[in-house]
Parts: sequence; structure tokens; C-alpha cells
Amino acid sequence: MELIKRESSNCAPTDSSTTTVTSNSGSNARSVNNVNSNSGNGSGRICVMSADLSLKIDTPAESIEALAKEAEALKAKLEEERQKLNDVALSTVAQRLDNVGQLNIKVRRVLKGHQGKVLCVDWSQDKRHVVSSSQDGKVIIWDAFTTNKEHAIAMPTTWVMACSYGPSGTVIACGGLDNKVTVYPLSLEDDATQRKKPVGTHTSYTACCTFLPYSDYQILSGSGDSTCALWDVESGSRLQSFHGHTGDVMSLDLAPQENGNTFVSAGCDRKALIWDMRTGQCVQTFDGHESDINTVKFHPSGDAIATGSDDATCRLYDLRADREIAVYSKESIIFAVNTVDFSHSGRLLFAGYSDYTVNVWDSLKCHRISILYGHDNRVSCLKISPDGTAFCTASWDSTLRVWA
Amino acid sequence: MFCMPIVLMVTGTSPSPSASGPSTEGQPLQPPIPEESCSSSSSNKKAEPKVTISANCSTQQQVTGSTTASPATSAGKATTKFSETEVANRQQTPHHIVYKRMEKIIEKMQEESTGVPVRTVKGFLTKIPSVFTGSDLVSWISKNQDVEDQTEAIHLAHLLSSHGYIFPIEDHILTVKNDSTFYRFQTPYFWPSNSWDPENSDYAVYLCKRTMQNKTRLELVDYEAENLARLQKMFSRKWEFIFMQAEAQSKVDKKRDKLERKVLDSQERAFWDVHRPSPGCVNTTEMDIKKVCRMNRPRHGGLDIGGQAQKVPTTAELQQQIKSLKYKLDRHSIKISKVAELHMAYYDMYSEYDPFIAAPEPSNPWLSDSTDFWDQERTAKDIPARRVRRWGFSVEELLKDPVGREHFVKFLEKEFSAENLKFWEAVQELKRLPMSEVPKRAEEIWQEFLAPDATCLVNVDSHSYEQTRKNIQEGNPDRWSFDTALAHVYHLMKSDSYSRYIRSEMYKDFLSGAKKKVNFLSLPTKFRGR
Repeated sequence: MELIKRESSNCAPTDSSTTTVTSNSGSNARSVNNVNSNSGNGSGRICVMSADLSLKIDTPAESIEALAKEAEALKAKLEEERQKLNDVALSTVAQRLDNVGQLNIKVRRVLKGHQGKVLCVDWSQDKRHVVSSSQDGKVIIWDAFTTNKEHAIAMPTTWVMACSYGPSGTVIACGGLDNKVTVYPLSLEDDATQRKKPVGTHTSYTACCTFLPYSDYQILSGSGDSTCALWDVESGSRLQSFHGHTGDVMSLDLAPQENGNTFVSAGCDRKALIWDMRTGQCVQTFDGHESDINTVKFHPSGDAIATGSDDATCRLYDLRADREIAVYSKESIIFAVNTVDFSHSGRLLFAGYSDYTVNVWDSLKCHRISILYGHDNRVSCLKISPDGTAFCTASWDSTLRVWA
Repeated sequence: MFCMPIVLMVTGTSPSPSASGPSTEGQPLQPPIPEESCSSSSSNKKAEPKVTISANCSTQQQVTGSTTASPATSAGKATTKFSETEVANRQQTPHHIVYKRMEKIIEKMQEESTGVPVRTVKGFLTKIPSVFTGSDLVSWISKNQDVEDQTEAIHLAHLLSSHGYIFPIEDHILTVKNDSTFYRFQTPYFWPSNSWDPENSDYAVYLCKRTMQNKTRLELVDYEAENLARLQKMFSRKWEFIFMQAEAQSKVDKKRDKLERKVLDSQERAFWDVHRPSPGCVNTTEMDIKKVCRMNRPRHGGLDIGGQAQKVPTTAELQQQIKSLKYKLDRHSIKISKVAELHMAYYDMYSEYDPFIAAPEPSNPWLSDSTDFWDQERTAKDIPARRVRRWGFSVEELLKDPVGREHFVKFLEKEFSAENLKFWEAVQELKRLPMSEVPKRAEEIWQEFLAPDATCLVNVDSHSYEQTRKNIQEGNPDRWSFDTALAHVYHLMKSDSYSRYIRSEMYKDFLSGAKKKVNFLSLPTKFRGR
């Protein structure tokens, strides 16, 4: 809230056409300023220095200072620019929306069968199957609709922190403390463990993994080694590495657009980074959380991301505004957010907490709509079903629940 | 002021919580417990436990000296080697963030006049010192915290209890009921933020001591007796020392005032109920394994964020930073007011497609136990109008729906311009292939859509063509080789074919046809305010 509250409201909400014009002229002015600041700090010297750098010659302290100074100046400039864009709070604009009203969300299915904490869950594209992974080293495939277990795979190591359903519905991938990403084909005939396929290895635990949309052949994973990686399932080769985080990667999510080549990752460096899958470059950075980010999720429009953190807040960052636009928090909420997901319209933000509850936030009006009780321990993972009719939660109480 | 015991751990070897830690604090444990959190008593508290613990250390060292093989002892040794950074590290853990927040609430609860009313209840022959009722606690939370309702208040009380800040005086199950059950505050000495992971040997001493106090209320319950048996086996070689320690502690305890002992016993019990919870209870001291991995990794040192790491950046880092800052400054960003409008427009457009906002038709499978909703989606018959309307939102929406895509293909075929969509589909498919098949397929796509003698030529501008030709013929074709050409084609499809499709009679007919087929008794807008 801090940032938003600080709004100077130098500009009342205008109609869309004028806004575009002003922001355009703003960006022009910015680029001019940019040039000024460059020449002011002696960009010539910097060019020389970068040449030095490539030769690995130790640079004098003075130039480091100059660089630091320039960085500071740019930071201040950026903050100033961002402040200009912060003309009004999202919740203020959203005031004119009707309230969502009473939601009648209840537990509709309980999936029991794991012997330990359930750490991750993922939906199949068929909208009714889910895969879940657990501390006890088991991965279970459920027909959530009938609550039947269809497969149970014993992993060689315990603490399976990540699992993902292949888009075809015939494979799953998982990983965890074994630092690996492993693919298991699902078939009724033989034991899945015999046909397992090791795909990738990180140098620390695999915190999250996901198949690329519509392809059983590519997997994206995030790890405690602070990197993300794109893997080719067939050859087990690393197609791309994503370096940029300075702490463990906890969560990642693919951009929902079908043409999208971007994804977002977030972690213990309290930052959320947007990546270009083709180049391996980080294209956008978001910060603001006061503690580890545990979860990140794209808004269904693909234009914003939501994060959840140990600081007990969820935040919404907009890619077009290039900044945080909402904080979802309450004084009585003191526990960490472990997982978030959006309803299909993006209006409802479901967040699973360490206090065993799921809170439903109005993402636009920025207030809590309801608290959902049901689990007896932390909610570790929450995912909305592909058609948006329900969401499934995984918990340390060793159960999964489907809510609708 | 409450981080004191942690500091102690740096100096002492193995602090035993079941030792006389709180006994030295005897005074503040007397009925007006709230005083304990006042800063006035902090000075003497700081000094006293230190003495007792160091005294206790000697016995502990003897024990560890005699039995080096025991796994618990070696683990204990490891935990006692706390360095300064590790102490700081502890303050950073997710648990500590929560503990600090809970303690703020507890401190408010213990305020003399505005807190929860603590009293000593006198019975026929007994006195129950410094307790409060569950209903008093719940109503205090309802009044003083920004909770929504009583359910949330009870839930918060339960959490405070399961973390050991409040405990029922008669029960091992750490929870709070909204009735006249009596509860007591835990002494800060036993707060989870101040305590370390206690060792099994400490637990053994505690359980052993309990067996020496021949009072029914102190009798071991089943699971404790089982634990004791297990520990006795585990520590068989040093059991004598454990027994001696327990005896010594028990003697000290016996000298205490009766009421004071009642309070102490219960607080000690609650401490172990947190760290060795009874079966079926949540162990709130368990940490997320990811965070444990991170803490145990030396390179992070727990302080990898902000502070130290940024203090001495290298030139390379600085230049990288400057580059990214400039990039950010050049980025065209839009105002929040505009962004907010866009988000609301998105919601307006999609609210009727959100099953949590507007009830799906015919019914939500999870509520009705009927799969009609899914079955209907699968068949191409009887397509509801709201699904067809969605195709009009954007070309992405149209292509996402297999029925929509099929219909669009028909339209394009009629116009003899289906090659753009075919090209788009081919490239999408290419992106999903395993790497081994990519080069071959890329070549095929090139031959089919772009090569001079292509069978199904798509029109691209010369720049995109040249770029793509280079990618395919000179470089190593990959899944993204066609991206420039694809962007061009996609744009054409979007601005030309798609907009004509949406305006076409063909689409309009389909839309109105769909409307007729579906029994639209209830308009979707009706559900908006559900």
C-alpha cells in the first residue's frame, strides 16, 4: 500500500485518449532527459571503461564511484518517472465497480491418500484429473471428480516439491530434493517408474516445473540454485538457462498468451523477473516485497502478475505500468502466502496461506471477499482448473481439496 | 529484549529448557503474568537465566563427554555452534516474521487494563492461578484485531495457541475453544522465537522428571509414555545422567511455592506440546524444506538480500545495473489510471466466462455432479452463444476454440486466404516438437510456405523474408526461426482476415444460430452480482 498511498495525484483520471497522449509525451521527455544525464556524467569515460572491462584490467576506484553515482542518478530518475505514472490507486478507480457479492465457495471434493505433506498439485487439461506430489516421495494421479486414485508413483527420493501434468494428459513431470526434473509416462499396463525419463538436473532442489503449453517435449523449471532452465524432454538437454535471480527461485508461471514466449519467475531475492524464453534475457523486473516471494502467477490477460510472500502480502504488478499497482494485505493476516491463482476473469485472487486458510481477494477493489477454512495445516499449493470451474488446494495436512 | 536466550546459546553449549530456566524467573510468573512483558523486569531477567544455564552446562558437558556415539548428542553439538550470522539468520526465517507478529498481539493481550482479563480462580479446595477463559480471549480478539467475524477470531486464537503462546491448562491439544475452558499465557522464555530446537535428551529429562512427581495431573499420557520408552532405549548408555538431571530438577521444583509450581508445570508442558506435539496435532515448528535448504547453504549466509551484497558492487555489476536502469527508463510505461481502466475492461469482458462470478451453463460439474458442462464443450453441437461471442473479443480467443478455428478456416477457404492460418498453425506446431524433429520440420515449413516455389505461399515483407531465409538456410533452424515472419503474418491475419470474419454474415449467422439453439432463460448478466 505504501507506494500507492504516496501518490501525489498530480493528474486526475482523464478519459483514455488524453491519457495516452500525455503518457506519450512523457516518454519522449524521458528519453531526452536520459541523453542529458548521460552527457552530464561523462558517458565518454564510461565507454572507455567498458573496453577496459573486457580486458579484465582492474579499474580505478574513482570510475567505480562514477558508475555508482550514475546508477544512483538513474535510480532517482526512474523513481521520479514511476511516481509520475502513479496518478491514482487501482482501488480508487475500481470503486465504481459493483461488489462481487456473496461467494458460495465450499469444499466439493477431498482427496486423501498421501502419507505426508502435499507440496504441489497440477491440473490435467481434461479439467478433472490432477497430479499431486508429496513429502513422502509419492506422486499420485487422481480423478478429482470421482476422487479415485489412478496411479501412484514412488519417487526415489522424498520431498517431491514440484509436479506438472503434460498437456497431452499422458505424461507427468516432477522434481524436488533430488535436484532433478524427471518425466514419467502414464499408462495402465506397466509400472511408470520403469519408463521414467530423467530430463534435467539443477545444482540445488527443483522448486517448480511446468510443461510448455501444448507440448509434452519441453519443460521449464526453477530451482534453489537461483536459475530457471528450459529442457528438451527427448534429449534431456538444456535449451536455455535463465540467470538473474540472486536467491532461490521459488515459483514460475508461463505467460497465458498462445504466442507468448515469456514467463515470470520469483523467489528469495524478493524479485519477480519476466524472461524472454528465446534469448534467455530478463526483460522486466519487479520488486517491493519485504520478504521471500513464494509464488507468482500471471493475470489471465497476461498483462499483470500476482505474487505472494512471506511478508503476508500479495501484490499485483502490471507489465504495462511497469510497477506494483496493488497490495493485498490486512493487519489480521500475519502468515506467509504460499500460493496464488486467479479466477478466469482476473477479478478474484485466491491465495493459500500458512495459517491453513485460503483468502479470496477482490483484485480490483483490493479487499478481501472471504476466508475459506478447511485445511488443518498450511496450504502449500493452489491451482485453478483449466476451465475455471474449481480450484484445487494441496496442504501439509496430507490432503487435497477441490473448491467450487 | 526477548532475543536474550539466543545470545545465550552462542556462549553455552546446550541450553536445557526443562532445566531451571523459568524457575529463576519465578517472580514474574506470579499471577499478574502480564507484568512479565513489561520492560521494568527485563533487566533482572536478563541476568538470572544466564547463571542457571551456565551452571546447567557443566552437567550437560559431562553427559556429552561420556557418550559420543549417540546421534542425538552429535546433532545437539551441531545446533549449539551458533555464530553471529546464524543468529541473524534465524531472525530472517519465515517463522520469525510470524513469531514477531504474534508476539505483538500477545503483548497487547497482556496489557494490564486493556488486555485479556487474567485472574486466579478459587474453587472449593483448589486455586487455579492466572488463567482466562476461551470466550474472554475470543471476544478480546474480536474487539481488538481487525478480524471479520468470530470464526476468524477463534482461528487466530487457535494459531496463537498452536504456536505455544497460549495454552489450555488441562490439555495437550493446543487449541482454543470459545467457552469457559481455562487458558494461560506462555512465559516469554518458552516462546518459540526465543527457544531453539530442543534436543531429545532435554525431552528425556523432562519426561523422566514427570514420572518422579507422583501426582495424577502430571501423569504421563499414553504417547508420552511411549516416547519415554523410546528415549530410554535410545539413551540407554547415558540414562543414568538423564535420571540424575531429572532428579535434581525435580528437587528444585519441589521447593517452589505450590501455585507457582502449578503455573510452571503447565508452561513447561505447553512448551513440549509445541516441540513434541501429541499425535494428530500440527507441529508448528516445522519449516518449509526449501527454506531449510537455503538456510543450510553457506554461500547465502541468510543475508543475500539488500544490505551486504550491494555494498561492494563490481564495475561489471554496476554497468549491468546502469544498462538495465536505462532500459527501464526508455520503456514506455502507462499510468495507473489507464492500467486500472484496462483491468476493469478486461473484467467486464470476461466476467460472464468466469464460473466463480457467473454460474456456468448448464451447471458447474463440481456442484451438480453432472459432467454435462464438459460434454457440451467437447461436442460441436449446440454451442452456447456466449461461447461464440467470445470469438469476437480477439483473434487469440477465436483460435483458442477448436470450433472457432474450424469455422474461421471455412471462412478463409471461401476467401482463398487460408494459407496465413495454416502457416501460423504450422509454426505453433513446430514450437511444440522435440528438438530432434525441429530442423526437419522447419525446412518443410520453409518449403511449404516461404520458398520461391512454395505450394502454399504466404506473403511476408522483404525484411522478414530475408531474416527467415537466413535463419533457415544459414543458421541452425530452431523453434523461433519463423518468429519475424510469423509476427508479420499474424498481424495481417488479425487486422485483415479476422476483422472481416467478425463483420461477416457467416459469423453473425453462426452467432444468432447458436442463440436459438440454447435455451437462454437466464441472461448471464443476472449472475454478475451473485
